[in-house]
Amino acid sequence: MSREQQAVQQARKAFLTARSKPLDYRIKQLQNLKRFIKEKTTDITNAMRKDLHKTANATQLFEILGLEGEINLAVSKLAEWAAPRPVNKNLLTIADDVYIQPEPLGVVLIIGAWNYPIAVTLQPLVGAIAAGNAAVVKPSEVSSHTAKVMELLPLYLDPEMYQVVTGGVPETQELLKQRFDHIFYTGNSTVGKLVMEAAARHLTPVTLELGGKSPCYIDKNCDIRIACRRITWGKYMNCGQTCIAPDYILCESSIQDKVINEIQKCIQEFYTNDPKSFADYGRIINQRHFKRIMALVEGSTVAIGGDSDESECYIAPTVLRDVTSGSKVMQEEIFGPILPIITINGLKEAIEFINEREKPLALYVFSPSKKVIKQMISETSSGAIVANDCLVHFTISDLPFGGIGNSGTGCYHGKYSFDQLSHLRSCLIKKLNMEGVNQMRYPPHTTEKLRWARILLLKQVNLARWSQVAQVAVLAALAAFVVQRFLRR
Amino acid sequence: MSREQKAVERARKAFLTGRSQSLEYRINQLKNLLRFVRERQKEIAEGLKKDLRRSECGTPLYETLGLESEINLAVRNLKEWAAPRPVSKSMMTISDQVYIQPEPLGLVLVIGAWNYPWAVTIGPLIGAIAAGNAAVIKPSEVSSHTSKVMEDFLPLYLDKELYPVVTGGVTETQELLKQRFDHIFYTGNGTVAKIIMEAAAKHLTPTTLELGGKSPCYIDKNCELDVACRRIAWGKYLNCGQTCIAPDYILCDPSMQDRVIQEIKKNIKDFYTEDPKKCLDYGRIINERHFKRLMGLLEGSTIAVGGENDESECYIGPTILKDVKPDAKVMQEEIFGPLLPILTVSSADEAIKFINEREKPLALYIFSSEDKLIKRMIAETSSGGVVANDCLMHFSVSSLPFGGVGNSGMGCYHGKHGFDNLSHLRGCLIKKLKMENVNKMRYPPHTADKIGWARFFMLKHIDFGSLGRMAMLALMVIFVAVIVQRYYTD
Repeated sequence: MSREQQAVQQARKAFLTARSKPLDYRIKQLQNLKRFIKEKTTDITNAMRKDLHKTANATQLFEILGLEGEINLAVSKLAEWAAPRPVNKNLLTIADDVYIQPEPLGVVLIIGAWNYPIAVTLQPLVGAIAAGNAAVVKPSEVSSHTAKVMELLPLYLDPEMYQVVTGGVPETQELLKQRFDHIFYTGNSTVGKLVMEAAARHLTPVTLELGGKSPCYIDKNCDIRIACRRITWGKYMNCGQTCIAPDYILCESSIQDKVINEIQKCIQEFYTNDPKSFADYGRIINQRHFKRIMALVEGSTVAIGGDSDESECYIAPTVLRDVTSGSKVMQEEIFGPILPIITINGLKEAIEFINEREKPLALYVFSPSKKVIKQMISETSSGAIVANDCLVHFTISDLPFGGIGNSGTGCYHGKYSFDQLSHLRSCLIKKLNMEGVNQMRYPPHTTEKLRWARILLLKQVNLARWSQVAQVAVLAALAAFVVQRFLRR
Repeated sequence: MSREQKAVERARKAFLTGRSQSLEYRINQLKNLLRFVRERQKEIAEGLKKDLRRSECGTPLYETLGLESEINLAVRNLKEWAAPRPVSKSMMTISDQVYIQPEPLGLVLVIGAWNYPWAVTIGPLIGAIAAGNAAVIKPSEVSSHTSKVMEDFLPLYLDKELYPVVTGGVTETQELLKQRFDHIFYTGNGTVAKIIMEAAAKHLTPTTLELGGKSPCYIDKNCELDVACRRIAWGKYLNCGQTCIAPDYILCDPSMQDRVIQEIKKNIKDFYTEDPKKCLDYGRIINERHFKRLMGLLEGSTIAVGGENDESECYIGPTILKDVKPDAKVMQEEIFGPLLPILTVSSADEAIKFINEREKPLALYIFSSEDKLIKRMIAETSSGGVVANDCLMHFSVSSLPFGGVGNSGMGCYHGKHGFDNLSHLRGCLIKKLKMENVNKMRYPPHTADKIGWARFFMLKHIDFGSLGRMAMLALMVIFVAVIVQRYYTD
């Protein structure tokens, strides 16, 4: 039996003991996970420094804090999320118990990515644990130092229930042969298809957090200075290696120069005149991606930056101007610190441009006009849309974070993580009485019985509204009573 | 270009015109669908009679009434379902607009089944239309007469570019599956479902798979056996057992077996007369292949009731098998026919163990007067849905998500779930280009005290919901106090 098979078998065996069912257990594991990130902060930040040239503070700010927030939310809300959810009754079920019961799925496979390895590997794990599942965690081998730190997880979490399996392509392929109850994958769409194909063999549902080219439209009437500040931050964070980074800019040619100027100013402000020696400017993850990104610049005009150092996998914050839609840089998700600007004539053309391409994971629109924003929203599609900022929707736990079309399927964060990795089971609890009512459904089927069925099935009684009305009536009566009894002297 | 490719291209082109975006348009189409169901009852009933020997009343009762109800629900609630859904704010987003906007996915492929062809083909279509999608409808060729009714009449009522009906068998379905869709909704069996999901994977197309399995039916010692068996008999033999959520087999204590058999036999007589073959309300097996398959399942088991059959009519009488063993042929696959095996178990524990050794079923039925037992069975098993003390009825509760788990499927529909399943729920965050100072804490250089602030803003949880409620309560109290003071102190 392979190591991967063993891990999956152990996890399933642990799940079948049912010890992850009680909420107490899940909360304890979540709290242990929190202890892990707090006690191993130094190990984590050191690893991130080696993998992605991230400073300890950046790691805290952009990975650890978010994870902590998700753990805290799950712990405080678990009882509510896991409780039976009553639903609207109809006339036929008026005397019954009708609700949705969230349940664990079983064994969840989580395949992490390398760009925010802690966030995108462990945040899904929070959902898996909260929902009562066992999990096999496969961190990305590309962020190898962070993967090594995750191997410490078994010291904090139930080591049988939550397995960490490290390795590369062969190990992942071996894992994908096993049967899971859900597979959660973060990465690119090519591998996404392979994951879904493997899942299909076992009828395993999948969540695929992929990517794409997230467009960033700048309306000429907006405060370009602030817009560019936020865009610069969103683009060059982690050296552009963010699935929801603004991939390219669309704006009118009349503002292109101003945009370039402002971005240059911000680059200087954030990363100094020499980003290479600046601690808070990252590196490309490895040589392969370095070469890939550098090749993308071919054929386009560099307006800012462009310098690089292969020995350090360093690429300066770069802006390309007057980029054409046929250029190399527009053929794939950049995932690097190259920011192409494409000029278009107004909103309509921008929308057309966006719609000719695959649905992106995020869409950014910078404009003071509600009308422009509304139009952009209603005439395009994307995983999510943010007006007048970048990236920050990732931190809003109440928004479902996920893609659509080529940018992914399924979503997570907050309660969505819990629901995504649960089975929401319909429950209808009737009693063995009132059998008379059922007469109309039994053969022989007569038109008379049918008439009754029609009434009971089609008559819509808004029971929820009625109960609200009833409640108000009772309150009013009570108030009247009180007023009359105690205040008449 | 193949016929299937053409239909798909036309539907996509029609979707891209944007005309299905308006709620008015969708409601119009839904109302047309309702008209179709009402005006074509005769054609629908005729098709069902030829395909499944469905009785005249069986058509509305088990197919079209449910559709009418779902259409009415969608029309009535569409505005609410399609509206932006605000989410609770945090300190970081207190001055922003944060909501979820439901949007159409694009082009949906609906592959229907033959057992309740209208319910399981048009049911998903209602959700597709309501959510603003275009849809290619591929009815099951096995229920061929019904398929013809759909092909001939739907285009007379619905926008025929946006909702084309593509009929055909395996070849045509394979051709369809090569095309790119934004969602594939399939009802049928697990074998084909795997092929569909594999095809969907090539385009990263999400799928809803409404499959089946062996839905267990546990009868506890403590229950009113006469009522229980009546409901089970109804649920089992409806449509000749060809129901994805039919109680597949019974688990009960050996001491009860004889009584269970007696009671079910009584009800069979009550429902279908002494001679079910002549009774108009008793159906037929869909075709010879399934007839042979079912007759093969009987091998090796003891028939307690029924067993009569007539291949020329694809007739199999309501049958009960007793003392069935777990390795019997009839226990190796979903029966989908009028054969009801009884397996004896000596306790609820044993029943739970038996159920859990098998794939997760689409439905689980528990008959018991003991609340505690019901709760325990629910907690210790898993299934798409679970019904205590009845069969099938959860299908008609629109507020319950109808779908499977594991081998019984993924995704769900009915009511709002149908709408949500075929929509993209897009996260929207609308900020303004001011209050830039607040953002300082996120910009480089990243210092320790910026982190302190970030910690505070991101981790401090203020429940704006309950704060708001408390504020309102305080206001109400003040208001009442003011009134009281004003009008009663004179």
